[in-house]
Amino acid sequence: MTLATARKRLKKPRPKPKPKRTSGAGGPGRVDHGAWFLVLPALIPILVLSVGPLLYGISLAFTDSQSGRTEPTQWIGTLNFQDLLHDTLFWESFRIGLLWAVGVTVPQFLLALGLALLLNEELRLRWLARALAIIPWAMPEVVVGIMWRIVYNPDAGILNETIRDLGLGDGRDWLSGLSTALPAVIVVGVWAGMPQTTVALLAGLQNTPRELHEAAAMDGAGAWRRFRTVTWPALKPVALAITALNFIWNFNSFALVYVLTNGGPGGRTRLPMLFAYEEAFRYGQFGYAAAMGCVMVAVISVILAVHLVGRLRGGDDA
Amino acid sequence: MKTRKGTRAGQYVALLGYLVFLAFPFLWLISTAFKPARELGSLHPTWLPRNPTLDNFRQAFDEQPLLDAALNSLVAALGAAVIAVLIATPMAYVMARHRTRLAKAATGWVVVSQAFPFVLVIIPLFLVLKNLRLINSVPGLIMVYVVWALPFALWMLVGYVRAVPAEMEEAAAVDGAGRLRTLVSITAPLLAPGIVATALFAFISAWNEFFFALVLLKTPEKQTLPVVLTHFIGAEGVADLGPLAAAAFLATLPSLVVFALIQKRITGGMLAGAVKS
Repeated sequence: MTLATARKRLKKPRPKPKPKRTSGAGGPGRVDHGAWFLVLPALIPILVLSVGPLLYGISLAFTDSQSGRTEPTQWIGTLNFQDLLHDTLFWESFRIGLLWAVGVTVPQFLLALGLALLLNEELRLRWLARALAIIPWAMPEVVVGIMWRIVYNPDAGILNETIRDLGLGDGRDWLSGLSTALPAVIVVGVWAGMPQTTVALLAGLQNTPRELHEAAAMDGAGAWRRFRTVTWPALKPVALAITALNFIWNFNSFALVYVLTNGGPGGRTRLPMLFAYEEAFRYGQFGYAAAMGCVMVAVISVILAVHLVGRLRGGDDA
Repeated sequence: MKTRKGTRAGQYVALLGYLVFLAFPFLWLISTAFKPARELGSLHPTWLPRNPTLDNFRQAFDEQPLLDAALNSLVAALGAAVIAVLIATPMAYVMARHRTRLAKAATGWVVVSQAFPFVLVIIPLFLVLKNLRLINSVPGLIMVYVVWALPFALWMLVGYVRAVPAEMEEAAAVDGAGRLRTLVSITAPLLAPGIVATALFAFISAWNEFFFALVLLKTPEKQTLPVVLTHFIGAEGVADLGPLAAAAFLATLPSLVVFALIQKRITGGMLAGAVKS
């Protein structure tokens, strides 16, 4: 939602042109001395610790930088990228990362939409749902991982116990099963990210004009029709922005899966971030890991661009 | 609008489903934290501990340096929150009040910084901090956390500044108050609640953060809580469930309490930001 609002704010003309500037000589497009003084304390750290490292990181991808080496690092052109192209382990990890990102983002969106629609109604236990929705949001990701490990625990976990109680068999070792590990961590990802998505969608819902809703109901439109014709068009910008952000965040996520499975079993849950982390800080291949980071950014940007352009264009007649 | 009875009932069933899905893992964590080792070893665990005990908590403190870790976390989170808000508030003010190229660039950075995988930032940061001898030190971690918290802090603060009508500042200026005077006596008091909320949010984010702490802090006595918590899980992924649950539960409490305090303001601020148009 940050994206949507940011864009809205950038486009929006100022409500009232100020007749007088209290802020000295700062016309549009220029910053006066006072403003510089206000901006510098934040600008310097941003340049030194964010923008700089980012550019440095991209340039590292074209070097043979390694940890603990005494010889100076050298430019090696696109050699890292050529190696990556043939690194089947990396592409397998990339495939798992995409599966995970889509597998988390889509159910997360649908479930959050359902919850937001419910919270928008005058239901009685609303306050409780709002309070509970905080828990996944406020919890450290590491604790979320630990908590679900305990839920999934084959013996002492509640999941297998429930399955046994229902007479559905003995349950299984969810996180170490080759076929169950990825779905199991995806469920955790959905759980952990629901609150932010719900809050964003709820904000969008409260933005939809109530009168339109009532008018549509008068005309005899059913709930689904009302959703399609009134709610969804108003909600769409928020929905697009939050799914795009969720997709990025999920693709880049690390702590949850690190704690749950550490990439196992047999690499079945090794997300690209886990892969790059090991490459950089276990094997010390800084240049190669930086190249992985660049590829991740590039592919994600392309996917997002296609998604956003496609939705913005094609969705209008729906 | 009237809603049919059947629909209402369906809505309550759905809401109940959500409540269960959201709450049960946390309840299970709490239950596990208070169970004696014998119950955790038995095959049929119960929702409520049959013989609740505090042994797990004692054992957790014996096994890992939890107090030191909590202290490190507290210093890192407090430092990051205070510094981030101190430097973000003036910048947010400029971004909200002046439509300059700089403000646009800053907004662009806020958006772009969300998209880059941390691995691309952490390797250079690691090298830079190593040269400054700030690896394995909490001050080094604070520096990283400040910049990491800035995008969201700026985002929230710009919203709060916009909510303070510029007309009020102009009125003060007309009455002869200087620029600094206006900021201190008019703008600052109105901004204060928003600044506090932003600081608390930055505090929670830093308290919960794991990846940077994992990479930058090497020795156990310097590590923060999330990193120390992972030490409970052995090399083969085998964990002593009771102490693990107890420690995890304790580590969550500060975030939950702080978040409960600012929840209205955070969600309210987001709602206001999205709704106002």
